[in-house]
Amino acid sequence: MKEDAFVRNEREFPSGKSGQGVGARLPRKEDDRLMRGRGQYVADIRLAGLQDVAFVRSPMAHARIRAIHVPQRYRDRVFTAADLVGIKPIRAVSGLPGFKISEQPVLATGKVRQVGELVAMCLAPTRAEAEDIAASVTLDLEELPAVYDMLKAREPGSALVHEHWGDNVFLETNYEVDISAALDAPIRVTREISTARQCMSPLEGRGVVATFDARLDQLTLHSAAQMPHITRSGLAECLGMEEGRIRVISPDVGGGFGHKGILLPEEVCLSWLTMRCGHPVRWTEDRREHLVASSNCREHHYRITVYADSDGTLRGIDCEATVDSGAYSSYPFSACLEAAQVASILPGPYKMPAYRCRTFSVATNKCPILPYRGVARTGVCFALELMLDLVAAEAGLEPGEVRLRNLVRPEQMPFDNITKKHFDSGDYPEAMRRALAAIGIESIRARQSQGEADGRRIGVGVSIYCEQAAHGTSVYSGWGIPMVPGHEQASARLTPDGGLELRVGVHSHGQGMETTLAQVAHEILGVDVAKIRIILGDTAMTPYSTGTWGSRSMVMAGGAVATACRELGERARRIGAKLLQHDPASVVLQDGEVRGVNGSVSIQAIAHTWYRRPQDLPADVDPGGLEVTQGYKPVRDSGTFSYAAHAAVVAVDPDLGEVEILDYVIVEDGGVLVNPLVVDGQIYGGLAQGIGTALYEEMPFDASGQPLATTLADYLLPGPTEVPAARLDHMETPSPYTQFGVKGIGEGGAIAPPAAIANAVNDALRPIGVELMQSPITPHRVVEAVLAARATERSAA
Amino acid sequence: MKPAPFSYERPRDLDAALSMLAASGGSAKIIAGGQSLGPMLNLRLVQPELIVDITGLAELKRAEVSGGELVLGALVTHADIEDGRTADVTRGAMRGVAANIAYRAVRNRGTIGGSLSHADPAADWVSALAALGARVTLRSLAGARTLAIEAFVIGALESALHAGEIVEAIHVPARPASAHWGYAKSCRKTGEFAHAIGAVLIDPAAASARVVIGAIDTAPIVVTDAAGLFGGKIATDYKQRFDTRVADALLAKAGIDDAAQRHIHVSVLKRAVEEAAA
Repeated sequence: MKEDAFVRNEREFPSGKSGQGVGARLPRKEDDRLMRGRGQYVADIRLAGLQDVAFVRSPMAHARIRAIHVPQRYRDRVFTAADLVGIKPIRAVSGLPGFKISEQPVLATGKVRQVGELVAMCLAPTRAEAEDIAASVTLDLEELPAVYDMLKAREPGSALVHEHWGDNVFLETNYEVDISAALDAPIRVTREISTARQCMSPLEGRGVVATFDARLDQLTLHSAAQMPHITRSGLAECLGMEEGRIRVISPDVGGGFGHKGILLPEEVCLSWLTMRCGHPVRWTEDRREHLVASSNCREHHYRITVYADSDGTLRGIDCEATVDSGAYSSYPFSACLEAAQVASILPGPYKMPAYRCRTFSVATNKCPILPYRGVARTGVCFALELMLDLVAAEAGLEPGEVRLRNLVRPEQMPFDNITKKHFDSGDYPEAMRRALAAIGIESIRARQSQGEADGRRIGVGVSIYCEQAAHGTSVYSGWGIPMVPGHEQASARLTPDGGLELRVGVHSHGQGMETTLAQVAHEILGVDVAKIRIILGDTAMTPYSTGTWGSRSMVMAGGAVATACRELGERARRIGAKLLQHDPASVVLQDGEVRGVNGSVSIQAIAHTWYRRPQDLPADVDPGGLEVTQGYKPVRDSGTFSYAAHAAVVAVDPDLGEVEILDYVIVEDGGVLVNPLVVDGQIYGGLAQGIGTALYEEMPFDASGQPLATTLADYLLPGPTEVPAARLDHMETPSPYTQFGVKGIGEGGAIAPPAAIANAVNDALRPIGVELMQSPITPHRVVEAVLAARATERSAA
Repeated sequence: MKPAPFSYERPRDLDAALSMLAASGGSAKIIAGGQSLGPMLNLRLVQPELIVDITGLAELKRAEVSGGELVLGALVTHADIEDGRTADVTRGAMRGVAANIAYRAVRNRGTIGGSLSHADPAADWVSALAALGARVTLRSLAGARTLAIEAFVIGALESALHAGEIVEAIHVPARPASAHWGYAKSCRKTGEFAHAIGAVLIDPAAASARVVIGAIDTAPIVVTDAAGLFGGKIATDYKQRFDTRVADALLAKAGIDDAAQRHIHVSVLKRAVEEAAA
């Protein structure tokens, strides 16, 4: 299929001649500084008297600490748990029944439970010297058996990560809807499917600069963080300080993806240290720390059975899912979010009458697992979409056809699925049809029948998912975790010269919020986006927010900005009416000015009057003036449902195991797009990460719990040559519940690629008896499966 | 990821460098392009007391054809070869190998001598130069000695270099007009270290062949008399005669127990043979 056969659904600019409002394909405002290398990240911050910290980290996955030996000459430069009097461990408790609590000491006490766990903190004028000190500290450890395999960890007799639990299960959940009704289905397919443990690998790692201001009696923590207000709440709890005595500043952040969504032990340690030593201190995560010591993601295992009628109609799914949650429950998401979410989202966008899912969040001697872009959806999509291809094979149907028969239909919207997920809007079958047409399914089948001159095998795969985004209070209150999102707030303030300042509690680490939120404000107030400043990433300057996670910022902060700007516009309109000597009912705010029958007055003039010429104001002017803070929630807070159909064509070399992506198509529906250019960027970035999950990224462990990929030579990330020029198509079905009909789309790009690519690889290799059910699909795994299939064929012959 | 403290010297001639190495008593490391040593220092995998930076040694930058062979100083970069700034006696074989080493940024700084000294079995020159029949000259204050590449690389990250010795030059014999060259490798992604390398220099006219299987856990398998891989004789039909079972047995003998790994190596070698025959 050629590029020109693709018609992009460009929106007309709704905000008229200026072309800056909702729907405008506006280049990102922040790129002027970011692309010129003028961004300011934590590691760029220089404070007088700053010293660097390096940590002594556990070299063992599981051990009892007998002693920590610090050379005499470094006694005042090295700090251990014994020094941290009064500092509480990090606790992230879920209110779900049966959840077992872990306490993560910020510096290890008694036991270490993962390689890389913090044991001691070393302070020096430079990082290199701090590392010299760290190298001089010796640990006397009594090694314990490591819990490194989540399935074995569930068995009785396993070594225990937290002895007092009696087992290694943070949480077990069960969900069932009449599974017995599916058991007589003519098609029944059972498999084990797994996804590898990964590292999120943002370009910028974590980093902390902490300092204490005696005049303000305030700790200031600069941190590469997605959720500065949540970080502050967590810090206050661990440090035993009032929240007002803590300010968290998150400057430019080079990618988050979830990795920067937790309270770090390092943040607590450095906060304590700066108050102890009286000068600023800094810790910058290096790539080895990121890979082996920080947080991981994605490690899922499924035992899954899918039941279907002989025409491919789904009858039910029965699944047991296990997630390797690592050693500790991370603040605020907890150790069970990932696994428990599997149970609620496994059915995906499909209708089915029967369902059962049992989940286990298992503690192991590994880094805590964090929700990574897509959270559990990438694993769930991988499991379910691979199974649907097997159903298609059993039913003798094209994989696309099986999906079309089972997807929720547009006339059923809004739709409550079998796990009570409320789908707000959309046409899922249309997305799949477009993807199949764009990838050219028939021409690929024709090509496959002819074979390839180079001996490779061609395959095509599809996948489709739904992404619940910006889900709010009603969803998260059920989890009972430390963070429940409520009304999102935004402040909008006109400056005396007619500029607009917007303050939001979400953060931007690649999402382009400085542009898209300005577009929302422009849509309502008509102020030129060049004159709109977005202030974020600072607890002292922004309203409280749970921050940027769950693809929520455009829906929530966008909605809050719109709400605040509407109120601000109303106040301006009343002042404008007075200046025009009109009845307020007869004037409108349009294109940045208040217009009446006799003329108009600009927002700039209105702002000037409020601040500089109050004598001209109406007597009944709103004393709140031209500064408004408003809270916002969508009409329903059960979340927006964006979705996409992905289609991939691959060429597989059965003898080398190499997989090349020949073509990739994404048909996406994110509701009304505030800025399609930004959405394209989100999708491309997510796709790259999805390709990493599919083909490259894996953190293996040995039987002593040692992480084996300790540098980027071993932990492979896709690069420019591994990411194809995907073709994108946008559908725009508005959400009925949000401002402008927007939906959250931040994570979707990373959800579907592993399933689409794996299905394509399996499509290529199925004729020679090969099936791969594990990510990543490495050359070794492909060749191993090919050899096994050839051996089976030989023994059969 | 910061190096442990070390001293640093940048000598201006080879004798000065050799004196520094001799005086260090084995606690020095030589740095040239630093493409492998840099990360190893930062990871503290090596903690030398002294770093001797040889990038100022003009003697090691020469590249000339002498007596029918190409002599490359240790400081010649991969990019020098890729871009044709050095003479060539291999009829493009070395240029082709150089162009596919890692990334351009690595090729700009990485040197042929450094790559051999590091002796990573997955490095391209370790296999390619062995197949081409190259030799390496090592020099110390005590004098010089010359070894075949396959005698120089003795294990993973293990070379025949003694303390105080430096790779001075690489001698590459001219590739006869009748000799066919094939080089193939498999990498997880562009620019990554290969997990399988096959290099062959086959001369049907002379009934001789050199075959190298590289990127294994130890020094590459170098077969200098490769007739056994081709059914006992090397002739124009060598492509048809290539015996994958013999290659597989060589790998098994080298301790590679994993059948899939062996299959990938054999398949890559087969591609190299096919390329030579093409």
